[in-house]
Amino acid sequence: MSILVDEKTRLLVQGITGREGLFHAGQCREYGTHLVAGVTPGKGGQTVMDDVPVFNTVKQAVDKTQANATMIFVPPAFAADAILEAADAGVPLIICISEGIPVYDMVEVYDYIKDSGSRLIGPNCPGIISPGKCKIGIMPAHIHKKGNVGIISRSGTLTYEAVGQLTALGIGQSTCVGIGGDPIIGTRYIDTLKLFQRDRTTKAICLIGEIGGTAEEEAAYFIKKNITKPVVGFIAGQTAPPGRRMGHAGAIISGGQGTAESKMKVMKKCGIKVVKSPADLGKTIARCL
Amino acid sequence: MNIHEYQGKELFRKYNVPVPNGILIHDKSEAVRAAEEIGTPVVVVKAQIHAGGRGKGGGVKLAKSPQEAEQHAGDILGMTLVTHQTGPAGRLVRKVLIEEGMEIARELYISLLIDRQTSRVMIMASEAGGMEIEEVAAETPEKIITEVINPVVGVKPYLARKIAFALNIKGEALKKAVPFIMNLYQCFVKEDLSMLEINPLVITGDDGVLALDAKIDIDDNALARHKDTQEFRDLDEEDPNEIEASKHNLNYIQLDGNIGCMVNGAGLAMATMDIIKHSGGEPANFLDVGGGANEEQIENAFRILVSDKKVKAILINIFGGILRCDILAAGVVAATKKINLQIPVVIRMEGTNMAEGHQILKDSGLNFIIGQGMKDAAKKAVQAIQ
Repeated sequence: MSILVDEKTRLLVQGITGREGLFHAGQCREYGTHLVAGVTPGKGGQTVMDDVPVFNTVKQAVDKTQANATMIFVPPAFAADAILEAADAGVPLIICISEGIPVYDMVEVYDYIKDSGSRLIGPNCPGIISPGKCKIGIMPAHIHKKGNVGIISRSGTLTYEAVGQLTALGIGQSTCVGIGGDPIIGTRYIDTLKLFQRDRTTKAICLIGEIGGTAEEEAAYFIKKNITKPVVGFIAGQTAPPGRRMGHAGAIISGGQGTAESKMKVMKKCGIKVVKSPADLGKTIARCL
Repeated sequence: MNIHEYQGKELFRKYNVPVPNGILIHDKSEAVRAAEEIGTPVVVVKAQIHAGGRGKGGGVKLAKSPQEAEQHAGDILGMTLVTHQTGPAGRLVRKVLIEEGMEIARELYISLLIDRQTSRVMIMASEAGGMEIEEVAAETPEKIITEVINPVVGVKPYLARKIAFALNIKGEALKKAVPFIMNLYQCFVKEDLSMLEINPLVITGDDGVLALDAKIDIDDNALARHKDTQEFRDLDEEDPNEIEASKHNLNYIQLDGNIGCMVNGAGLAMATMDIIKHSGGEPANFLDVGGGANEEQIENAFRILVSDKKVKAILINIFGGILRCDILAAGVVAATKKINLQIPVVIRMEGTNMAEGHQILKDSGLNFIIGQGMKDAAKKAVQAIQ
């Protein structure tokens, strides 16, 4: 098993006729993901990649193709609108890759999404992959291996780093979820942890965090109470100066809050195996299995 | 994007949030006229830099005559103001704001920010104005009032009243505080701010409610839709290397160490800084080259890294996904030759087309140091400067 995406996932891509959208839709399909539709307003009726129909609206695409997941590659100024359209059309899983969405747009989106039946992953995330089954996102597929470690992360390439270390040790992954580097995201650590706890294939969980906010602390307290599987954690930004945004919009130490030190302290206290060096992620997880 | 106090007050005026009368000057010769035009018996001379704590650093002074205002303006303009937020190097003051003085009855605090826990706008207020809110939070957290705003209804009169009553605002001042708070929320949302802080918010002797200060951070992601606030950017307040990097779409932050880093992805870039530190070195910067680093980007990145004279070695850490290792390697080789790089370069590459990438580095005849994994690469970078 795995979480969120698998062989039954039917993918639609919003922004499929853009350069990035088309490239990554193709990469996902090549990996074996069922790509059933694309949406670009005004380009309905066209096809891409020989046989993937393009629709004007998400609603039309869902009605015609029974898509149950969407990947959003829309420029940031229009991405919030794209998320709302997908939720309005009842798409159960919305994965927003776009980076740079104005934060107030996300305040409105979050308020809408929380009462809808949809789950939003991201924005500003690499997506989700269940190795050997389904990939929805921009991660390099070939570094992954099917297995039983679940990964949750706010960062893209740092997740690849952890995956690379695991695969090199012969350890596979059940599902890798990039939850996104923005201050407001649709799905947080806790929601994903619940899914990994229930998933029978997942034997250990790797939680990769970074400075800013208190999501890791909340996750740690949740883990202490609710997660029986071993959890290994890392926080990026132990050397980051306060008050500066470290690339990700959400990676900022402000008002003394959100430091790596305080996160690591709470995580340790809650029984998470915290590694100080990112180079130790793979071998520490290996010892938990 | 941070903006100056006088710019923040300009925004406040647009939303009918009362602020003191003030005139911005760049030279002390303008001070007498400005003070006379304001016309109050006392004026305040305030340094305009992007940092808090200006008063304690000597950047805010009272003047009882236009001549005194000129004297203070002369002292403050051109001074390097050091506060707890500027770092030890301080900031050169290029502009001062001359503002009307007033009789202050009470000093309060109010701020608006994006609360990550609730994913909503939050208002924080306190009766302990003039103090750092972090201090208040640490010592007397019960004195901080917080309200989380439902985005559908926004700040309605009842909520503004609730905050005003909690701040013990009474009588005529209460009637002014309610629209003040409601307008402040409008300003925050319509201008796409990520932080707005007024410290102090004052109640005057004649029951006026005014924003005596304005500390504002505008959401960078939303700047594209605010042509007028884009104009507020002040390049004098930014690090020249960071300005240069932003022109090339490179995400760069200068630090104090001597190992320059070049990484793809923000999380991995932070983790690379961390591992340098764990290996006994000091990172000179944060640099995320993103997913599409071509030869030109790498060349720009190198130039920025070596323009920091403290940098004695460069560590390149790339996990190739979309960014292919062979493309990166070719770019590194070309850029190294082009700018005739003289300091040691340690390269760690993994991911897509890794073998081809390593072959290109080897065939170049250049003296790159190859790291096997992050740890080894960081260790070699530290050794390279010893």
